[in-house]
Amino acid sequence: MTAVSTGSVLILGAASDMGRAIARRYAEAGRALILAARTPERLETDAADLRLRFKADVRTAAFDALDTAGHAAFLDGLGALPDTVVCVVGLLGDQGKSQRDAAVARRVIDTNLTGPASILGEAANRMEARGSGTIIGVSSVAGERGRASNYVYGAAKAGLTAFLSGLRNRLSRAGVQVITVKPGFVRTRMTEGMALPGALTAEPDEVARAVLAAQATGRDVIYVRPVWRLIMLVIRSLPEAVFKRTKL
Amino acid sequence: MKLSGWGRFPRVESRLVTARDQDDAVRAVAGGGPLIARGNGRAYGDAAIGPRTTLSLLGMDRMLGFDPDSGVLTCEAGVLLRDILGVFVPRGWFPPVTPGTKMVTVGGMIAADVHGKNHHAAGSFGDHVDSLDLLLADGRVVTCGPNRAPELFAATRGGMGLTGVILRASFRLIPVETGYIRQETLRADDLAGIMAMFEDSAGWTYSVAWIDCLAKGPRMGRSLLFRGEHARLDELPAAARARPLDVTLRRARTVPFDVPAIALNRLSVGAFNALYWRLGTPREELIDYDRFFYPLDSLLEWNRIYGRPGFTQYQCVLPLSTSADGLRALLSAIGAAGNASFLAVLKLFGRQDGLMSFPMEGYTLALDFPASTATLGLLLDLDAIVADHGGRLYLAKDARMGAALLRRGYPGLDGFQALRAAHGLAAVFRSVQSERLGL
Ligand SMILES: Cc1cc2nc3c(=O)[nH]c(=O)nc-3n(C[C@H](O)[C@H](O)[C@H](O)COP(=O)(O)OP(=O)(O)OC[C@H]3O[C@@H](n4cnc5c(N)ncnc54)[C@H](O)[C@@H]3O)c2cc1C
Repeated sequence: MTAVSTGSVLILGAASDMGRAIARRYAEAGRALILAARTPERLETDAADLRLRFKADVRTAAFDALDTAGHAAFLDGLGALPDTVVCVVGLLGDQGKSQRDAAVARRVIDTNLTGPASILGEAANRMEARGSGTIIGVSSVAGERGRASNYVYGAAKAGLTAFLSGLRNRLSRAGVQVITVKPGFVRTRMTEGMALPGALTAEPDEVARAVLAAQATGRDVIYVRPVWRLIMLVIRSLPEAVFKRTKL
Repeated sequence: MKLSGWGRFPRVESRLVTARDQDDAVRAVAGGGPLIARGNGRAYGDAAIGPRTTLSLLGMDRMLGFDPDSGVLTCEAGVLLRDILGVFVPRGWFPPVTPGTKMVTVGGMIAADVHGKNHHAAGSFGDHVDSLDLLLADGRVVTCGPNRAPELFAATRGGMGLTGVILRASFRLIPVETGYIRQETLRADDLAGIMAMFEDSAGWTYSVAWIDCLAKGPRMGRSLLFRGEHARLDELPAAARARPLDVTLRRARTVPFDVPAIALNRLSVGAFNALYWRLGTPREELIDYDRFFYPLDSLLEWNRIYGRPGFTQYQCVLPLSTSADGLRALLSAIGAAGNASFLAVLKLFGRQDGLMSFPMEGYTLALDFPASTATLGLLLDLDAIVADHGGRLYLAKDARMGAALLRRGYPGLDGFQALRAAHGLAAVFRSVQSERLGL
């Protein structure tokens, strides 16, 4: 079993709804936090909130997932390497636009795969050298089978899922924990305005609780709402001949 | 999507948009409306539903600063009272005024200018607000308070979101030594008895009565009065004195399904009320603040006990001079109609001015009714009694009153409308309620 961690937590994509919810739960658990996002000024109100609510030790940092050339310097610039790195960076994008414009598709793939793989890879190397740490990547059930309605996003998430799985395989004996989170539908800015099925839709805070629980209990891959494990089992096992005629 | 208030009546189609920060709110308002701000949807009726767009402030829920010298907390409008209690009671601070549920937002408390069991002693929530940031129709954000843009402030507290979107507010918490309340329960046999008891209790910080509104004849108005004070450290039993602010809260349960309407008939409610009154033996006790202020919050979604059609709360206030007559007339009408009301709450308000604030010096009565045609008929009779006695209804509970009753009850209405017109607010900030009331 993995021991419950106590060190600092770096949250990449901290301005997102999931990032904010995860930050609150870690702050509540007494962990020091580094909130990172493209415009760190916008994180100041969240930092003030965490300090006031939980007396948390919080700082903010500028981080751009797409600036992969700067990722090593970003981590080194933090001072001490954080105990835990959570990556919530993501972009749903618009499938129709991605189909028409390769630059748009590229951005979706870079934001969901290239950028996260780059920064988590850098963090992994440092944690491996240190011999401890936790990497948590938020991927998606959309990565389990490509669907007409969002396969560019799905392909990027499939890549991230495979990346995390490989990282876990490589680091399991190095004392570094790697967790893959597959949230399913979550009520966030990304999904605002969509008609989401209530029973399958999680609140950002549920994701946050699931993340902390997974770290504490040493889980590898989590679905935030357990019913998704079943749904994805069914979706994965549909024969291609059948699947291609569905409108999922 | 279909939106409704806490009473689940009415349900209205509206586009729900969430503001995570000021930019989001500005963008939503720039669309030109009509729209209305929404907190946690604890207003019973249609006050927090926009005719086209509804702007949820639940994404703006950050606490921004606290000054331990003055007790002033600054936070975004979507912060829940539950969270304020969770953070500040353990540090020895308590909200100056609290409604009967902690599942409300700061913005919702200001917009309805909510009252608590201490209205006679502390006034309404707006009396404790130092300043607030208000987003107007043209995208400007104005800071207002009792000493800054006071007209805008006066119209905004109690203004039900019709003057703009409250983004942030600063208000004063009060210091407490413990998380407990010293409560006394008293029993009154009739209306005169309970009114006398309220007057005798003026020196208590908190007072409220539960009234059996099905009791008739000489028993009409029989009630239990609950009055309370924040317990001092030396009033706690030795065991609790080591951690006086550590009140371990009860686990909330959820009502698992919609209860069929039949369960709430005259007989069951009558039996419940009679039993409750009998069990209310006069006593003194120490209870934690959660049980004293929020007995219903431990039953999440208790609004579902009224079943699918939903329910409505009827809360009126009558001026002191007409209260005795008016309450008698109201209780007679309710008793005669035999409409079951589970919860009937009576409270004596202190003085209050304010353009659109609900409280006035006098008695307020609050009753829950299932939303049915029979109820709606009875409520029209109650409206007439309230109007005849110079009273008014609470907009945060209302789902069905007419414009005439509003106009008679709220003398500040013309000033309120003039201010809305002068700032160009009337076309942009509208709710289903305001359209129903011709505001
Ligand atoms: C069980 C229960 C007990 C209650 N007890 C009491 C009581 O004892 N005393 C009392 O006074 N009230 C009481 N209420 C009513 C409740 O306090 C008010 O309805 C309160 O306004 C609800 O807050 P909310 O955040 O849910 O706001 P909502 O219900 O979402 O909105 C209420 C009004 O405030 C406006 N509003 C909300 N946020 C903003 C904002 N940021 N800017 C501008 N306008 C805004 C809305 O437009 C709407 O007009 C009770 C309600 C319940 C369900």
